[in-house]
Amino acid sequence: MQVYLDNNATTMCDPQVVEAMLPFFSELYGNPNSLHKFGTASHPALKKAIDQVYSAINASDKDDIVFTSCATESNNWVLKSVWIDKILNGDKNHIVTTEVEHPSILSTCKFLEEQGVKVTYLPVNDQGVVQAHTVKSFITEKTALVSVMWASNETGMINPIDEIGEICKEKGVLFHSDAVQAVGKIPVDLQATHIDFISFSAHKFHGPKGVGALYIKDSQPLTPLLHGGEHMGGRRSGTLNVPYIVGIGKAMELATTNIEATMASIRAKRDRLEDALVELSDTFVVGDRENRTPNTILISIRGVEGEGMLWDLNNGQIGASTGSACASADLEANTVMLAIGADNELAHTGIRLSLSRFTTDEEVDYTIERFKSAVARLRAISSSFALQKPTVGGEVLECDLHH
Amino acid sequence: MAKADILGESLWDAYSNKVTTLMNNPQHQGELFQGEVEKRGNKLIVADFGAESCGDAVRLYWEIDPANDMIVNSKFKSFGCGTAIASSDVMTELCIGKTVQEAVKITNIDVELALRDTPDVPAVPPQKMHCSVMAYDVIKKAAGLYMGVDAESFETEIIVCECARVSLGTLREVIKLNDLKSVEQITDYTKAGGFCKSCIKPGGHEAREWYLVDILADTRKEMDEEKMKAAADASAAGGANFETMTLVQQIKAVDAVIDESVRQFLIMDGGNVEIIDIKSNDGYVDIYIRYLGACDGCASSATGTLYAIESTLKEKLSKNIRVLPI
Repeated sequence: MQVYLDNNATTMCDPQVVEAMLPFFSELYGNPNSLHKFGTASHPALKKAIDQVYSAINASDKDDIVFTSCATESNNWVLKSVWIDKILNGDKNHIVTTEVEHPSILSTCKFLEEQGVKVTYLPVNDQGVVQAHTVKSFITEKTALVSVMWASNETGMINPIDEIGEICKEKGVLFHSDAVQAVGKIPVDLQATHIDFISFSAHKFHGPKGVGALYIKDSQPLTPLLHGGEHMGGRRSGTLNVPYIVGIGKAMELATTNIEATMASIRAKRDRLEDALVELSDTFVVGDRENRTPNTILISIRGVEGEGMLWDLNNGQIGASTGSACASADLEANTVMLAIGADNELAHTGIRLSLSRFTTDEEVDYTIERFKSAVARLRAISSSFALQKPTVGGEVLECDLHH
Repeated sequence: MAKADILGESLWDAYSNKVTTLMNNPQHQGELFQGEVEKRGNKLIVADFGAESCGDAVRLYWEIDPANDMIVNSKFKSFGCGTAIASSDVMTELCIGKTVQEAVKITNIDVELALRDTPDVPAVPPQKMHCSVMAYDVIKKAAGLYMGVDAESFETEIIVCECARVSLGTLREVIKLNDLKSVEQITDYTKAGGFCKSCIKPGGHEAREWYLVDILADTRKEMDEEKMKAAADASAAGGANFETMTLVQQIKAVDAVIDESVRQFLIMDGGNVEIIDIKSNDGYVDIYIRYLGACDGCASSATGTLYAIESTLKEKLSKNIRVLPI
């Protein structure tokens, strides 16, 4: 058996989505901007996809949802264009974000800092959540934008987006949310929540890689990131990626129809898995389950280094993820792990398991068994569980080696 | 970036088969206990290095025959990733059958070499080279405990890059001999900084006492000072070579020659000259001058006068001088 539990990284493209996309490669391949019938042949499918996307997040017809190549593009677009519109060509100079954002937000903010923008990186509490009052206290008259992720890719923890939205509305500050881990996983209703921009990406909810979107409330102005042939009302140029737009529409419809029931089903499996794993001694899971995306577990296992654990799970045909510094190319400890500040150990022993609607009960059972045997093997090797004490003078009193 | 970097290498695919095999099935994992070792009349040494909160930790066990200091048995325990476990296993293997004095000579380079499948292909990707360093550190610590000396005493020189074992002395020498100007050049010449990158600058995987950026800056400063000192000494000794003079010395020398042999003739004609700048240019020394008073715009200022100034300076200072009026 092989089990894929890395659905916060990417998901399997639903075969129904692939099926919906296929006609738009070699049959209906015209450019939708062309006047001839080859071009207009894809219009009904595109209109349907647009309807599916608007309806999935309850966007108003007055809003814009612009298709992009990925959420990284959407995030870059918002940050760089707010900088151009409100800072370079306006009287603002400040952006508020959090320490735990995705690199497409953090690296872009670092870039903007190099251009002279002031950026505040808000801390999170021990649950990994940004508190609304913290956001409120850092907004100034010079703040152009607040950007707070809807849910965390690492922990699954959900930020108080409704409250932050109300604060931004009251203060007259633009509000953006990277909703990559929220759309398709939890209900997102953009007529109930005040929010100016959200970014999302199809491959996180069983759509294809290479297509995402930016939601823009009330069709408000935002300088384009890509200039060109005036596609999508000039907001994002580039020939429409027809099969992938059809794909994101279908994937969003499938992910959000009966979302409560889907969530309950995934949550039941997730909770069963989590309950079984925390039976192991010296383990803990980050964040209150009730305020987490229903598919995510971030578990710390004392004495078991994350990359080693991932290795053993991989040998057992299970795909998971770790924030361990050892598993990254630059040996940098994961910023999210460090920001939660629970313990340095979490930065090295955290394993993330993320389920999907395709995860089965059999897979959960198999994972529990393999997970426990991997922990047993690695703890048998681990110095953290050794019995014989070091020779006097041979102990390590504290970590003076690494940061 | 180039073609090979577009996808990038998969971390685990870069591990040697030996690393993979030992991670899956370490041969010397386990413990030695005080009671049983003493029963055999031997001495147990147990040393720790690193800590769980650091991200990796190793505990090394040596059973030593006190009659000849021979390590007759060795085990390890490790909190670490696959390469840390495999490195610890090979380290333990390398210790067995050696005396403590011999074992302390085992370096992380030896451990990494022992993990290779073929002699010229590294056992681990560059950023994982550091895992074997812990093996070296814990051996020194165990030996220090047995011999009753500080682990630092086994180190005869300051090692700046532990992964490639490059010393401070070597780095300074290579920078000076090859006139190195960047950290990238240092890595090309010595491999230092090419692996875990901790020693390049503060803020890396591990805090270090010495960083390549500081060593480079200090050594460059030292080189500049040496150059200045040499120039001052040469000038004081009267044997100054114009090309190796500092800029200030060159200006003074040029001014002195002009004062002595040129300026009086220009003043007689109601003109003068001033030095604007001196630049080294591809083997030549270009002296930029500006004519003043009657010389400015005088027909011979671009021909005869210029030739006279240049040939005087060439004769008195250096044949590589070119004089350029601006």
